[in-house]
Amino acid sequence: MLPVLALKSVDKSFGAVAALRDARLELYAGEAHALVGENGAGKSTLVKILAGVHSPDAGIVSLEGQPVAFGSPADARAAGIAVIYQEPTLFPDLSVAENIFMGRQPLKGLRRIDASAMRERTNELFARLGVRIDPDRPARGLSIADQQLVEIAKALSFDARVVVMDEPTAALSGVEVERLFAVARSLRDNGAAILFISHRFDEVFSLCQRITVMRDGRWIATDEIGNLTVEGVVRTMVGRDISALFPKVPTEPGEVRLEVDGLTRHGYFEDVSFTVRGGEIVALAGLVGAGRSEVARAVFGIDRYDAGEVRVDGRRLRPGDPSAAIAADLALVPEDRRQQGLVMELSIERNATLPRRWALSRLGLLFGASERRSAAEWARRLQVKAARNSDPVSTLSGGNQQKVVLAKWLSTAPRVLMIDEPTRGIDVGTKSEVHRLLSQLAAEGVAVLMVSSELPEVLGMADRVLVMHEGRLVADIPRDQADEESVMFAATGQREAAA
Amino acid sequence: MATDTLVKPARTGSAGPPGWRRLLGSWDAILILALLLVVLVATATIEGVGSPRFYRFVVLEAIPIALIALPMTLVIITGEIDLSVASTVGLTCSVLGQLWYLGVTSLPVLIVLSLLLGAVLGAVNGVFITVFGLPSLAVTIGTLALYRGLAYVVLGDRAIADYPPAWTQNAVAPIPGTVIPWFVLVLAALAVVFGVVLYLTPIGRSLYAIGNNAEASTFAGISVLRTKFWLFVATGAMAALAGVFWTFRFASARADNATGLELAVVAAVLLGGVSIFGGRGGLVGVLAAVALLGVLRNALQLADVPANALTIVTGTLLILSVVGPNLVRMARERLRRRRPVTTPLERTSS
Repeated sequence: MLPVLALKSVDKSFGAVAALRDARLELYAGEAHALVGENGAGKSTLVKILAGVHSPDAGIVSLEGQPVAFGSPADARAAGIAVIYQEPTLFPDLSVAENIFMGRQPLKGLRRIDASAMRERTNELFARLGVRIDPDRPARGLSIADQQLVEIAKALSFDARVVVMDEPTAALSGVEVERLFAVARSLRDNGAAILFISHRFDEVFSLCQRITVMRDGRWIATDEIGNLTVEGVVRTMVGRDISALFPKVPTEPGEVRLEVDGLTRHGYFEDVSFTVRGGEIVALAGLVGAGRSEVARAVFGIDRYDAGEVRVDGRRLRPGDPSAAIAADLALVPEDRRQQGLVMELSIERNATLPRRWALSRLGLLFGASERRSAAEWARRLQVKAARNSDPVSTLSGGNQQKVVLAKWLSTAPRVLMIDEPTRGIDVGTKSEVHRLLSQLAAEGVAVLMVSSELPEVLGMADRVLVMHEGRLVADIPRDQADEESVMFAATGQREAAA
Repeated sequence: MATDTLVKPARTGSAGPPGWRRLLGSWDAILILALLLVVLVATATIEGVGSPRFYRFVVLEAIPIALIALPMTLVIITGEIDLSVASTVGLTCSVLGQLWYLGVTSLPVLIVLSLLLGAVLGAVNGVFITVFGLPSLAVTIGTLALYRGLAYVVLGDRAIADYPPAWTQNAVAPIPGTVIPWFVLVLAALAVVFGVVLYLTPIGRSLYAIGNNAEASTFAGISVLRTKFWLFVATGAMAALAGVFWTFRFASARADNATGLELAVVAAVLLGGVSIFGGRGGLVGVLAAVALLGVLRNALQLADVPANALTIVTGTLLILSVVGPNLVRMARERLRRRRPVTTPLERTSS
């Protein structure tokens, strides 16, 4: 039997970063196929290639044996590939029916939209799915689960042969998951191929017939579900050597610097408590969406929280005020360095000195010399490669931009450094420089809280690993007990270790 | 001292955050050249242009525009706008006139009350924009109507004009030995204050950061909302000062004083090279633009160009002001792209 959709040795790079190398996938009509892998394994890139958002650099995508090239999402849709995202993007002010038929509304005379035909066909689609949603109601206010069902109805309306579900259950309750699965099974039994991406193994095992595992952008294995166990899949996902890239120097932990006590922000994380000591690197691990970055943001005061408190060196930190956090010698190197870490249009100097703009001023005045001097010193210490420090940071490479963010925060001489995805999207050489720097800071007595989705980084750098799963802290694993499997099990909710 | 770095010392003098210093410098230069050119051509071809009386009139007309353009520049740099300023002028004039009419005869008291009123009106804008999170464009279009309406409530169609002659004469009195009104010194002092704040203080650094990326500014510990709030308060107070000047210059407080002035202010700020999207521009260009527009308008009036044509000229300049800096910037960026600077990350996160 010919696969309805096949990817053969597909490569995709973004600049120097290879997102996919020799990715493979075969989907057959009437099967539900799981795609699993760690964060950064290349699943999203693969989905975007299927959706026509990206086109591959090399390799073949074929539909029923015929090679195809999607120039746009419209091409992919026309070829019968529908993608249901974790958070559907409907037009909130249009009706459900209008959302389903957007761009191809049924017409009557004079090219007017035939609203009643649209409504009728929407009702038929929902009947086939066995769900009840009013076609005339606006999309605004629909639950995420219902929005996904609207997307699925849309997929049905153009007879999608392949339905890709990218972590569809992350935001659903148990009942909603059951309903979604019932719909998915009926699609499958009617001959559609379903590609199901999820970190939840119970769901994967209950819905799918086959599993493909990816790691580091590569295809690793594909097998029948009957031949597999959860442990086996997890091991295949993470299986790799931790190289000596991570120069963590053992340090004697000092006084407790950062205390987070019962921190709760409803809908994001609940009752999160932990401490970080001076000289300690604590990793906050977990899957994307587990609430790790949200905890770091709340601690730093970017977001307010509903309950709990944060103490730095025993002193309570005012919630919702980043400037108070900075005054308490806290620093946060955020996850998205282009949006949050840097003002891309401003110069290296201005960016590197922004948090210390008052400290560098004399009588409230800044003549530029103190900023230039400070920026030059930190650019030298971190070996930022730039033509001039007065150039906009947007002219730098990703790794050098990250160094500017680090310079920006290290120059504040923090006692607690929170760093979110310290090495995302930067080259290997800079990665190890960043790791060496973190290690050195810890040795100098800084308390480091590192949010990271890269397991080797977590295991190589951390003195302790805190693991979050769906907004809760589920494990606190000391260095000597932390390995890929213990962290991954906790992160996927397979084990509730003592927090 | 770190002298052995890769980094060449940047040029001294600060005309805006470095990097775009050259860009802005060039737009500023274009404006100043255009100003000189207009002055030379108009002086040579239009009778009356270039006389002391001409410049006295240009300056008197430019003072209220420039007073409001100073805070407006800062507001637009942060990516906001205040369209209610002319109505704030009108309401301040009306309240000032009414207070005088009701028997408040102390000039300092009248001035202080006017400035306070302006600050309160600005704070009302600020509260809607920062506390309720509404877009400044919508809020200040609303208060544009509201404040003007209140001005009519206060004065109706009356004009209060019976101020002591000393007050009205002093408002427009020249600097001894010249024809230039002394009030221009007040403007100059305030321009220095605003210039120092924008170019030489941590607050100025924050303004550019906010205008370019409010989220990254928050992460750097900048209180984005508080900063914006106080900018609107400052704008209201400066508009009120313009209102006090307006009242005494024309010896007349009327509810319709300064109607439409907000467009002259915004036109000058944009022509001055400040990006309507925030984050770029500075006061040098804005003050040059105020002068350029003032000279041009008055010269064309002397040349008996009809009022309609004047409006067309202003409109064309405004469009040029939006297009011009962008063209300059695009040309510069194309030059810069010749160097290999694209990074993997820049492309992945698009």
